[in-house]
Amino acid sequence: MTRNDSAANAPVAAPSSSSFSQNPTTEIPNPLFGSCPLPIFQHKNIVLGHGSGGKLTSELIDKVFLRAFANPILDKLDDQAVLQINGDRLAFTTDSFVVTPIFFPGGDIGTLAINGTVNDLAMSGARPLYLAAAFILEEGLPAEELRRVVESMGTAARKAGVQLVTGDTKVVNRGKGDKLFITTTGIGAIERDVNISANRARPGDKILLSGYIGDHGMAIMSKRENLEFEGAIESDCAALNGLVDCMLDACGAVALRQNGGHPLHCMRDPTRGGVATTLNEIASQSKVGMFLHEDQIPVRESVQGACEILGLDPLYVANEGKLVAIVAAEAAHAVLQTMQNHPLGRDAKMIGEVVSEHPGMVRMQTRVGGTRILDVMFGEQLPRIC
Amino acid sequence: MKYLDEYRDGRVARKIVDEIQRVQTKPWVIMEVCGGQTHSIVKNGIDYLLPEGVELVHGPGCPVCVTPLEMIDKAHAIARMPDVIFCSFGDMLRVPGSEGDLFTIKSEGGDVRVVYSPIDCIKIAQANPDKKVVFFAIGFETTAPANAMLAWRAKQEGLKNVSLLVSHVLVPPALAAILQSPENRVQGFLGPGHVCAVMGYEEYEPISAKYHVPIVVSGFEPLDILQGTLMTIRQLETERGEVENQYSRILDREGNKTAQKLVFQVFQVGDRNWRGIGTIPHSGYHLRSEFADHDAEKLFDVAQIATRESAICISGEILRGIKKPKDCPVFGTLCTPQNPLGATMVSAEGACAAYYAYGRHLNQSKGVDVPIHSVGGAA
Repeated sequence: MTRNDSAANAPVAAPSSSSFSQNPTTEIPNPLFGSCPLPIFQHKNIVLGHGSGGKLTSELIDKVFLRAFANPILDKLDDQAVLQINGDRLAFTTDSFVVTPIFFPGGDIGTLAINGTVNDLAMSGARPLYLAAAFILEEGLPAEELRRVVESMGTAARKAGVQLVTGDTKVVNRGKGDKLFITTTGIGAIERDVNISANRARPGDKILLSGYIGDHGMAIMSKRENLEFEGAIESDCAALNGLVDCMLDACGAVALRQNGGHPLHCMRDPTRGGVATTLNEIASQSKVGMFLHEDQIPVRESVQGACEILGLDPLYVANEGKLVAIVAAEAAHAVLQTMQNHPLGRDAKMIGEVVSEHPGMVRMQTRVGGTRILDVMFGEQLPRIC
Repeated sequence: MKYLDEYRDGRVARKIVDEIQRVQTKPWVIMEVCGGQTHSIVKNGIDYLLPEGVELVHGPGCPVCVTPLEMIDKAHAIARMPDVIFCSFGDMLRVPGSEGDLFTIKSEGGDVRVVYSPIDCIKIAQANPDKKVVFFAIGFETTAPANAMLAWRAKQEGLKNVSLLVSHVLVPPALAAILQSPENRVQGFLGPGHVCAVMGYEEYEPISAKYHVPIVVSGFEPLDILQGTLMTIRQLETERGEVENQYSRILDREGNKTAQKLVFQVFQVGDRNWRGIGTIPHSGYHLRSEFADHDAEKLFDVAQIATRESAICISGEILRGIKKPKDCPVFGTLCTPQNPLGATMVSAEGACAAYYAYGRHLNQSKGVDVPIHSVGGAA
């Protein structure tokens, strides 16, 4: 089960991603008072917010999917399942891609479909090996567009070192799809002695972020809504398995020297819902607090500017080529340096640390010197009126 | 980034806070008028930076919040009609009416679209001549010129299928209403920067003079708000009550005359009902009769729906600066952005929603404050 983007004409870019990795919430409906009568959690139908990666998504997972499928592997709510088969450890994941437009600055739905699944595998420390792809095509889709998408999938797969080994194609009537939906499923081998999971953050750990945030979400949004910002914003879509490999090498050296457990505790790609949502998930699953420093979080001027105009917060905007890693303090500087030496981690920063106070809560020192809490988003981020 | 970073500089902020501390000799209650200012204060933790005795209370300047429930129900009834394309600013979509929100209506098949500019409705109307395009024209003076431009262009271009559901409100009458109230606590105002960018600040001078109250028109960045607060406290400490302009890089006393001319061509001033506050005379815009062909209230026969606000909600007192979100017994428990009981929780810029979004409800239940300078790490 997996990621599902909010649908094609969603008001806010919420590009594909993320699995069941959501925090269950228990909202209290309010039968007592007269006004604003419909608690939004009692939706009779699915609304776009159910695909936003925020609280509504959590609720859907918790109240619908987990109830039907609960098992110990799924219940970990990681972006991938880690399976033990005959002594070997395998990472297994799947992801659906429904982005509109299908071509955007910095990539297309095909590169997303490959890199998204590769990244979910890599975030467990696995070496991504094989992918499956399922295509749902809408009647009338220009064959040339399909060819371009599939070609870029081939290129992205070769670049990431994975093979696409099986697949499926279906065509639906015109109007029953939005050009092209792709689902990719992937399998990878966990060959190193790692134990990376969202429940492993410990007080004192450092929080590393691999580079500029919000590029993908704002690239999609600018293109989708024809917003003309000065200086094109490009998606950061990229496969991160190479970067992860280097980070694990750096960790390995420290682990060996200190003879402790593996120092890379948690790793996630902050896709839909952005860095804030990802860190909230980890804080909640690890039952720890987090404290961030806003002035250390890299945001490009173009993305910051676009977010300012629209009243959005880049911390909640999607990325497709970034990771956050929670690393034991003794290894953090070595890992950070390794990241900064890799082309996809050049702008990596240490953005904060894990604390024992306020478990489940992410706090941030603002640039101006105040503090704020980064909560989980409810549904879509909505552009503000003024 | 340029034009932003310099207004978020922590060292300069510290200096202004020190200066506030130096000039302040007694407690003061200052209201920031705009929802955008409230948002910035809570997001950046500015209220935590201010010395004890300087209290910021949150004003009525969130246009989504003060849009009355009956108007939202009217909008929803129109949006449900099969031949309508209903267009709105984004943050109106989640505001619940008596039967769900615009997202729900969209999921049930209604054609609801978010627009970034009201003028986008012109293109939508041209592309869909068999549909009626209705724009939910809400806001303060800030959005009035763009909304007026939609009505004006629809008339000029003879686009019969464009109409506006207008629920426009004005700041000066609201300030006067707050100051007239016997319960009033507000001693000075951070005036609305964006509103004054359109209207100028001349119309605030009679209010300031009549009630002898400082009104410092301020911007929205952290340093704007801190400087505006300092200017207000200087006035209070020296017993002055004047209009001052902190936001001089954006606006002057006259405002944008071209925009004002367009606004008055299209709209006329009339009474308006404010959610949480009630009817304030001469506090809003209505379309002039020349634009009746584009007035959704006249074009769509929507029956009045009786609405009832929560008895427990204190948003009316919050909007007038008498109480704060944390004074509400159900803040963050029974009343959340997912299930708002009243005006100040329904929109992201409402004071209660801003407190909630930046986790102020969590402070109460979990009660831990990390001393900001004792946590090491990356800074």
